[in-house]
Amino acid sequence: MIKNISNLGDAAVYCDFGDEVNKEINSKVINYFQNLKDCKFEGITNLTPSYNKLIVSFDLSITNFEKTKKIIENLEIKKNYSISKKKIQIPVCCEDEYALDLKKLERILNKPTDEILDTFFSKEYFCYMTGFIAGMPFLGDIDKNLHAKRLETPRVKVPKGSIGLTEQFCNIYTFESPGGWNIIGKTPLDVFDSLNEDNPNLINPGDTVGFIKINKEKYKNYNE
Amino acid sequence: MSENFFKVIRAGINTTFQDLGRNNLNHIGIPISGVMDKRNYIIANKILQNDPGYPVIEFAYQGPRLVYHGEPLNILVAGDVKFKIFKNKNEIEGKCYKTITLEDHNEIDLISTNKSVYGYLAIGAELNIDYQWKSCSINTRANIGSNNGKKLQDNQMIEVSKIKELSRRKLDHINSKIENIRVIKGTNFHYFSKESQAKFFKKEYSVTKLTDRMGMRLEGERLDNIINTNIKSEGLVKGVIQIPADGNPIIMLADHGTIGGYPKIAIVISADFDRLSQLTPGSKIKFKEVNLKDAETIFKLYEMETNNIISKIL
Repeated sequence: MIKNISNLGDAAVYCDFGDEVNKEINSKVINYFQNLKDCKFEGITNLTPSYNKLIVSFDLSITNFEKTKKIIENLEIKKNYSISKKKIQIPVCCEDEYALDLKKLERILNKPTDEILDTFFSKEYFCYMTGFIAGMPFLGDIDKNLHAKRLETPRVKVPKGSIGLTEQFCNIYTFESPGGWNIIGKTPLDVFDSLNEDNPNLINPGDTVGFIKINKEKYKNYNE
Repeated sequence: MSENFFKVIRAGINTTFQDLGRNNLNHIGIPISGVMDKRNYIIANKILQNDPGYPVIEFAYQGPRLVYHGEPLNILVAGDVKFKIFKNKNEIEGKCYKTITLEDHNEIDLISTNKSVYGYLAIGAELNIDYQWKSCSINTRANIGSNNGKKLQDNQMIEVSKIKELSRRKLDHINSKIENIRVIKGTNFHYFSKESQAKFFKKEYSVTKLTDRMGMRLEGERLDNIINTNIKSEGLVKGVIQIPADGNPIIMLADHGTIGGYPKIAIVISADFDRLSQLTPGSKIKFKEVNLKDAETIFKLYEMETNNIISKIL
């Protein structure tokens, strides 16, 4: 199931499930992640699943690469996890002041703003993973006419709630943070709740997300 | 209100409560966090005979000025820190790695870190602070941890209880500096031209001001990516060196993003994290390649060295 296992530095194992990004490979990653998580091996400090990779970090003063690699290779997949399948709607305002990169995208994609936004809002998106910053969902796949690379130099501060695009994916900046995605709008909704320790994320891997365009007035009144 | 407390007169630049951080939350986007310089943290708590994992106050460049109210208690400053103690009308030059007993109305002013970034104030009492996911470590980006996930603020209180015995202990210790950052080649090393691969290990890089608990941005000769300046976003670990399209390295530190989409050219070895974190903006560094076996051995030696330092506490 894992195509290749290598070391990522001296305190992590890099499990490669393939190069492609699709739901099938992603659910294999999630299943491996869940089963490994259930085992609670001593010394393993973090499991980081993504589209098609799983990184297993460990404490080098307790274990090492060879031992952790063996654990992963010999892992018995006991349980098939059915992933979360909620549908969530996210309001987004795309006025100029929130859509930091929309003008630039018009040039790169050679399309007017209206067409970019119509294309973006016409689809629902699958959540492959969460991370980078707390609760940030990585969603896909966006229409191939909207594919753009990351910024050359990532921004030091992307405002909280920003909706970003890169390649076939979109995401939501749950907090102000550095970031390199192309920003097309902003949501007034809180996507992460740190006070809910058991389930802080609004969106989890497997969920479906639909974006709804709102105007500035609605955005400003959203939390009132 | 507790009878024993500190009042923050000046909070300092980036003052937070930290411990060893929180594990097993990367999958929801929460990094480990925790102290930037683990060795100094371990030493500080050892001298005060605190349990491992005890919270400390971490500060960057300029620390806090605090006034203490209550029964006498011991504190300890670790790192390379200039500080003063004010007892009644006496002003006493502070000495790191030596227990100091504070009495009612005494003040401590952590003026600055010297040619280093992080300093630590450990306290010989229990801090009445909150824990989130079993750690007090403050992640200011996500507002997670004690103090509502925010840096310490001017005029706030820090309550303490269960004050420990006032034993006198000290250590003669000088922090070693680092010139070469040792790294293991990353999973995308081959994304860079042969020339840039060689450049990465030969040229000097300088630490820029855009450096914080999340990451360290470096500046140097541009590295040419010949395959793709983006990868499919995947997990990150502390020490990963990412190269965005502008060719300048970014090293992931304690509060790093858990996922990233820039190619990984190399990963800093675990033994070099503490001293890497202490590099001030403007410092020049070079990367040196080591293999996994060497990195594991160097880490064992680094741990032995830490234990050796601790064994010299008097």
